[in-house]
This record gives sequence, structure tokens and C-alpha cells, in this order.
Amino acid sequence: MAIEIEQPRVGLSKVAVSKTHGEDSPYFAGWKAYDENPYHETSNQSGVIQMGLAENQVSFDLLEKYLEEHSEASSWGKGTPGFRENALFQDYHGLKSFRQAMASFMEQIRGGRAKFDPDRIVLTAGATAANELLTFILADPGDALLIPTPYYPGFDRDLRWRTGVNIVPIHCDSSNNFQITPEAMEAAYQSAESMNLKVRGILITNPSNPLGATIQRSALEQILDFAVNKNIHLVSDEIYSGSTFSSSEFISIAEILETRGYKDAERVHIVYSLSKDLGLPGFRVGTIYSYNDQVVTTARRMSSFTLISSQTQHLLACMLSNKEFSENYIKTNRERLSKRYDMIIKGLKKAGIECLKGNAGLFCWMNLSPLLEKPTRESELALWKVILNEVKLNISPGSSCHCSEPGWFRVCFANMSEQTLEIALERIHKFMEQRKRN
Amino acid sequence: MTQTRYSRSRSSDTEKENTGGGGGAAMRVIVPLQGVVQGRGGLVLGSIIPCALFYFLQFYLKRHRNDLDDQNNSNSPGLNSTTGSASSGKLAELPALTRNLSRGLPSPRSPRGPVSVSGRVSGIVKGADSPYYVGLRRVKEDPYDVLSNPNGIIQLGLAENMLSLDLVKHWLAENAEQVILRNGKELSISRIATYQPFDGLVEFKVAVAGFMSQVTAKAVSFDPSQVVLTAGATPAIEILSFCLADVGNAFLVPTPCYPGYDRDVKWRTGVEIIHVPCRSADNFNLSIAALDQAFNQAKKRGLKVRGIIISNPSNPVGNLLSLDTLYSLLDFAREKNIHIVSNEILAGSTHGNEEFVSIAEIMDLDDVDRKRVHLVYGLSKDLSLPGFRVGVIYSHNEEVLAAAKKLTRFSTISSPTQCLLISMLSDAKFVQTFITINRERLQRTYALFVAGLKKLGIKCIKSSGGFYCWADMSGLIRSYSEKGELELWDKLLNIAKVNVTPGSCCHCIEPGWFRFCFATLTEKDIPIVTDRIQKVSETCKLN
Repeated sequence: MAIEIEQPRVGLSKVAVSKTHGEDSPYFAGWKAYDENPYHETSNQSGVIQMGLAENQVSFDLLEKYLEEHSEASSWGKGTPGFRENALFQDYHGLKSFRQAMASFMEQIRGGRAKFDPDRIVLTAGATAANELLTFILADPGDALLIPTPYYPGFDRDLRWRTGVNIVPIHCDSSNNFQITPEAMEAAYQSAESMNLKVRGILITNPSNPLGATIQRSALEQILDFAVNKNIHLVSDEIYSGSTFSSSEFISIAEILETRGYKDAERVHIVYSLSKDLGLPGFRVGTIYSYNDQVVTTARRMSSFTLISSQTQHLLACMLSNKEFSENYIKTNRERLSKRYDMIIKGLKKAGIECLKGNAGLFCWMNLSPLLEKPTRESELALWKVILNEVKLNISPGSSCHCSEPGWFRVCFANMSEQTLEIALERIHKFMEQRKRN
Repeated sequence: MTQTRYSRSRSSDTEKENTGGGGGAAMRVIVPLQGVVQGRGGLVLGSIIPCALFYFLQFYLKRHRNDLDDQNNSNSPGLNSTTGSASSGKLAELPALTRNLSRGLPSPRSPRGPVSVSGRVSGIVKGADSPYYVGLRRVKEDPYDVLSNPNGIIQLGLAENMLSLDLVKHWLAENAEQVILRNGKELSISRIATYQPFDGLVEFKVAVAGFMSQVTAKAVSFDPSQVVLTAGATPAIEILSFCLADVGNAFLVPTPCYPGYDRDVKWRTGVEIIHVPCRSADNFNLSIAALDQAFNQAKKRGLKVRGIIISNPSNPVGNLLSLDTLYSLLDFAREKNIHIVSNEILAGSTHGNEEFVSIAEIMDLDDVDRKRVHLVYGLSKDLSLPGFRVGVIYSHNEEVLAAAKKLTRFSTISSPTQCLLISMLSDAKFVQTFITINRERLQRTYALFVAGLKKLGIKCIKSSGGFYCWADMSGLIRSYSEKGELELWDKLLNIAKVNVTPGSCCHCIEPGWFRFCFATLTEKDIPIVTDRIQKVSETCKLN
């Protein structure tokens, strides 16, 4: 009989075995429950309704219509760039026509109140990659970024995993509708210092995920002042900028810079993507817009790890440079999201649930703290489990967004049909009625 | 240790402070030192003062060295900006500290200076001036075109295969539209627009696994569930580097090698590369003895080797690894308990008589060995579609696959492209025809090009795959050194107007070797290229 000698197992890196991917958290556990028992309008009416995924499905018909009527976007015809150039094109500058189309789209979203230079646009395969890339460029391992809470759970993974950078939260609470204050920013900065972490930047999401609200002008001014004061970077993740319910309520950091004559601009970087506003997360289109030449140059070179398919660039360049399409899309998309938002707010109100007053995004920030046994994270998670398993709705608990106040939940409303949303609201209504009776 | 606050301005005062310049300041340093040397002041002062001085000297040297770097780089032009950016190519005045030192030294904090960026930025700024990138830039500015710019620079430095693009174009012209727009079926916009698994659509994995199998002439059957798709082979290599090695560890890489490894393996990962030179006497074939020597040397230096990265067919030489070599490599990896990453991105572009053997063929061994071998592939070379960004990690190691799958979120392939290629790769007849014709054309063009160079007295290593000729031009360089090689490169670029890659970019240890990519040339182009090279080679011979 052969003697079995145990071979030493060949090892993996710390990055590979790290849990920083965060897929063991409730945010992702809910997705698993949905995957195992997904709701379907006809074939599985008792399944779990997915309200934890911020996807925009309300305007697909507009995209389909465009593609049907414009076959040149999907083929390469005889015009430039022809197929050969396109297939071989792996220049990390990106297709100029696409960058121009993106710049103009971003300007349209901001109602022309800010101008974007196509040469400052760096393309990445999604905003996930854009945020990670900026973190690699702006901070060294062990440094810190300040992020206001509550924030997108994915940041814990995207900004920290491979970069080795830390996140220090800027605590916001409901006393002032979760707005960011200079005191909170200063407290976070001090907290980082006391942990011997060097703060390299502050990252805001505007409009906010999960709050579903835009940041006010005065707050943006204070945030920029804070960044100047501490001599750190300011990253403004504006991926929901086209999903504000009214065009005038969103103020981009670009507008603040414009009014200041672009003084202190070299510390500001904007992240954008077509995943939310255009409902095309599968296309993997993200951008970094930086006012800092060195950051633009470095980001461009680093984007070699995350280039967008030239075929996709060509397709979207055609689509977005079509002014008729883009103007109509932005306007219609806003109206439909606004309608959905009204629908869910009304429905929740009828069930006796209040939400934070929102004006943007694909979700609302719901307050279930009156339902908690105790104002603790454990109570919140217990309630979340009940909603997942009994009401069969997957919503995101505030604790996974690092919210300091227990009881808040993010509820997505744009990734389903109106009928499905009605069903979800009915289920919530029934649930609340039952609780009142008990 | 005293924390000295330095002001950002590089005034002469700061330097005086560091060097102790000026008579009074000097005396204040020297007198106590004398005391220490003469035994006064005791052990404590005798150690603190020299340590402090040593520390300040190191810091001064570091700052001074970085000042020089900044001066060299501050001439890079800023971007034209209609939005009036405040900075214009000005670099941060903070020393560009490497990742290991960023917290070891006191960081000057002044609210008035420009905001600083990470240590990773300086690395790439230096790399941009290598001949590899300079050449690419020059071609961009003055590209050859037979009609519109016949005196432009001919590009022989970029591994693009234009020989068979017409085949792909033809297929797309016939099939593209329907593929993207098919409504009512699986490929409607709502299907491809939504979030997809980051490591690729299942159907695409099946199609790619099938393609890889055809490329290896069905010698290997690739399991789609072990395929992880990435936006190009570039992130595939980086992801494996992140997964297999920790910061400060190293990979052994036989040279000459692909210039891009410096970026893909090292840049953001903090992992090192140890070059293992191959020699012309061996036709630049891999030597296990050399690997062993490099491994042991690394060990002595305290550097932990986590794996070997090989390219097969190799870039730039075009060698194929024999079955024997692959077995020896596996033995070596097993003995040292390290990984093997085999970059087989040119597997479908073989053109010699030698048969290509994928390392996947010998991965059918016992469990432990399977877990240490990982394959990298992609469609950029074999299918001439670098713009579409399709790369593959193939492994039997479940842990590596699990980690890699999660990391592909940062480098996902665009869904419309996946859908398009599912159709193309599932067309087995097209794939077979393409592979066969492509190989024939590569073979023909390679033979013509090598013959052309031979007429000029320039010999090439016999290549069995890829798009390159690895040519020995050491007879034409003035001094047998990297300097001599770069002089010749410069002449070729600016006089002959041909962009080629000097061997030093590929980390070749012997000067005078050059990499020529022939797959962008038509038959008519070859004499034009050889005529131009002749201009330079004649003058070099005379000297």
C-alpha cells in the first residue's frame, strides 16, 4: 500500500482569503434568499420580491426603440470608425466620440449649469472600478477616506479590499435629515487622527445612496471648504445625478467649482456611470472626471485594467450624441421615477410608515424604528429577517449601510413593474395591520 | 524622535537646516559630537545623536532625490482645459514616498501646498518614458499610411494581428445586428442591460471554453465552470497576482518577457518580479537550473517566491514549451510549493511545425498539482479583437476561482460584447476556418519577413508562434550595452522610421536584440520595411 504523504497545500494571498468582499453580510444574504425563491408575476406569486437591488428598469422601452431605429449603432457600416479600427482599438484614452458624448450627456443632466471637457474623462468598466481606481490613486495602504453615513454597502469592499485603505465614517442622523455637518466631518477627522490614520479624502454620494436625496448647496460648500482646509481630496460620486425627480434640485460639485472660478479644483474628482441613469449596468460603463491633470493621466493608464469594450463605446457614442434621444430620455426617465416614488410613498403612508423626504434615486429611505423592540442593531436585524422570511420582501437594513440609528431601511422601487410594486405594498400593508392587531 | 515640521516651500533655509550649513549651526553640531567621540556625554548621547543625524541625512537624501524627479517631470505638458483647471501638470511637492515608507517618516502637513496623491503615481510617471511607450506615442503622431503618409513611422512595436481581420469583419457584417437586437428571445435589451454575473455569462463561458478547446486542437477539454472571464488578459494577470502573492512577495519571470508584466504584476499589488534570464546560447529556452538558482538567491535575500509566470508561446521570442519542460516545471513548482501561471494568449497563433502543448494537458494530475497551475488566456491575439476586452483565468483551484470571481467586479466584460461573441464562437465552422487560415497567413508573413531580415544579415531566433521576430542586431550596435542598443533603437525610429521594441524593454540580459511585430504587415509592406532598415544597418556597419 502506498504511503500517503500529506503535501503542503500551496497557499493563497491575504487578499484572496480576506472577508473584505463582505458577501457574508445581511445586504448580500437577502440576495441569496431572493435567488432561492424569486418572485414571478405568474409562476411564483409567493416568492421573495427583490427590493434590495438598485436597478432602473422603468425606461427600457426608450432604449429598445432607439436601437431598433438606429441600426448603425449596433454595426460598423462604412463610416468611421469602421469595424477594423474598432476591434483593434484598445487605447486607454477611449473613443473620442464616446467621451464627447459622455461629456455632453453629463452637461445635459445638469441643465447646462456645468461644462465638462472630454479630455478630462477617464473611462472604466463601471463606477465600481472608478471608485477603486481613484482610491488607489489618492491614498496609500493604511490611509483613510471619510465617508458620510449611511452609505452604499459596496464601498466597504470596493474602496478597501485591494487598496488596503480604511473608511472612517462621518456620522449623520435623522435629527437634521441625515445632512452632513462641519461638526460631524471634523469629528470624523479627529477620530481618524486618534487612530493614527492619515486622511487622504472625503467621498460623498450625491444624490445619496441610500437616502435618495440630493445634498444641499450650503452643505456642498461646507464640504468643499472642509477638504480645502484639511488639504484633502473630494470625490463626488454622482451616479444618480440623472435620476433626480426634478432637474433643478440637483446641484453638482461641478457647479460649486464653477461659481468659485475653479479655485481649489485640483482636489475634486467626479465619478459617473450609466448603470443607474440609463439602466445599463450590464454594459459596464463608468467614468472618472478629474480636475487634476496628474490624476487624469494616472487614472487613464490605470484604466488598462478595466477598459470598456470598444463595441460598447461605439454603440453608446451613437446613442448619447443623439440629442433628441438623450433629452427625451432624461426627461421621461425623471418623470417615471418621480411617479414611482410618489406611488411607493403613498402606499407606505397608507400602511402607517414614514420615509425620509427624498427627491432622487431608485429607492426610498424608510423609517421602521417605531416597530423595533429595542433601538438596537440586533432588533433591526430581527425585524429585517421577519420582513424577508414572512413578508417575503428583500429590503436593505440600515446597519449594512452603517447607519448609526437603528430602524431605517432602504427600499428599491425601480427594478420591477408597477404591478409588482403594488403587490409589495399590499404585503407591507397586511404586515402592518397584523402588527397593530397583535 | 523629534518631529520636525517642514514647510512645503523648498527654500534654501530648509536645506541649510538639514545640512547644517552656516558656521554657527555647524559648531552647534560638531562640538557635542566631539564630546561624544571623546567619551563625554555617555552612551545615551553617543547613540541618540548619531542616530538622529543619520535619520536626518536619510530624509534629506530622500527629499533631494525626489526634488530631482519632480524637476524632470514638471516639464510634462498639462492638458488643455477649457474648464480652467487650477493645476497644469504641476506635481505634488510632497516626496513621492513608496508604499512601505509612507507612514515611517513624518509627513509635512501644510494647508497651503497642493493636495498629494499616493505613491503609486510616481511609479507610472517614470515608466512613461520607456522606449516602449515613447515609440507608441511617436507612431500615433506620425503614423505610416501607404497613400496619405508614406513617410510616416511604420508600427512594428504593437502586437496586433491584422492578417485575418477580414474574416471576422465578414462574419460580423452577416450576423452582428440580429445578435444584438434579437427581441422576445434571451438577447433583448432588458436581458443584457441588467446586472450580470461579474465573471461572465454562463453561455459565454461555455463558448469561450469551446473556443479554447478548438485552439488546442481538441487536445484539452476546458470546463466552463472553471472559467473566470475578465476585461482582457491584463486584469487576469493582475487578479492572479493579487490572489497568489502578498505585498512584498515575488514571482519568477523568465526573460526576455512581455514588457507589460511590470505594470500588470507589480504596479498596484506591491508584488515583485525576479527576472530569470534565458540565453541566446539556449535559443532563449527556459532553464530549470536558472529558475532554481534565482529561487535560492531570492530566499537568501529574504524574498518569498510565490510562483512562476511563463508565456507559452513566449513573448517576444516565440518559443513553445515542450512536454518535458512542462513536466520539469511542474516538478520544480511542486518541490518549492509554489504556483505556476501560464500565459497562453498566443496559443491559437502558432505557425511553425512544432505542436503546441498547453499546460492544461498535464493538469490532469493529482489534486495538489492541479491546484498550483493557472492559465491565462484571451481573445485579443488569437481572434484579433483587443478592443472587445476578453480575458480568461482558468484554474482547478476552487479557492483561487472563488476569489478571482469576486475580483472580476472591477474588470467585467460588457454584456453586449459577450452576447455578440457567444454567437461568433458558437459558430464552430467559422472558428475552425479562422484558426486554420490565420495560422497559414501568419506562417507566410513570418517566413517572408525573416527572409527579408536575413538578406540584411540580421538573424532571428526560430519562432513557432506569435506575431514577433526576435532579431539579433548586436552586430550593428556601437557599444555592446543597453546604451548602444537604445542608440540603434533611436536610429530605427527616427531615421528608418520604424518603431520596434528594444530587448531591454523585455528585460533581455543580452544587448542588441530587437522585437519586430510582423502581423500588421501585408506582403507589399515587407520590402518597404526591410529597405528602411537597410538604410540604418548599412550606416551602422560602416561605423
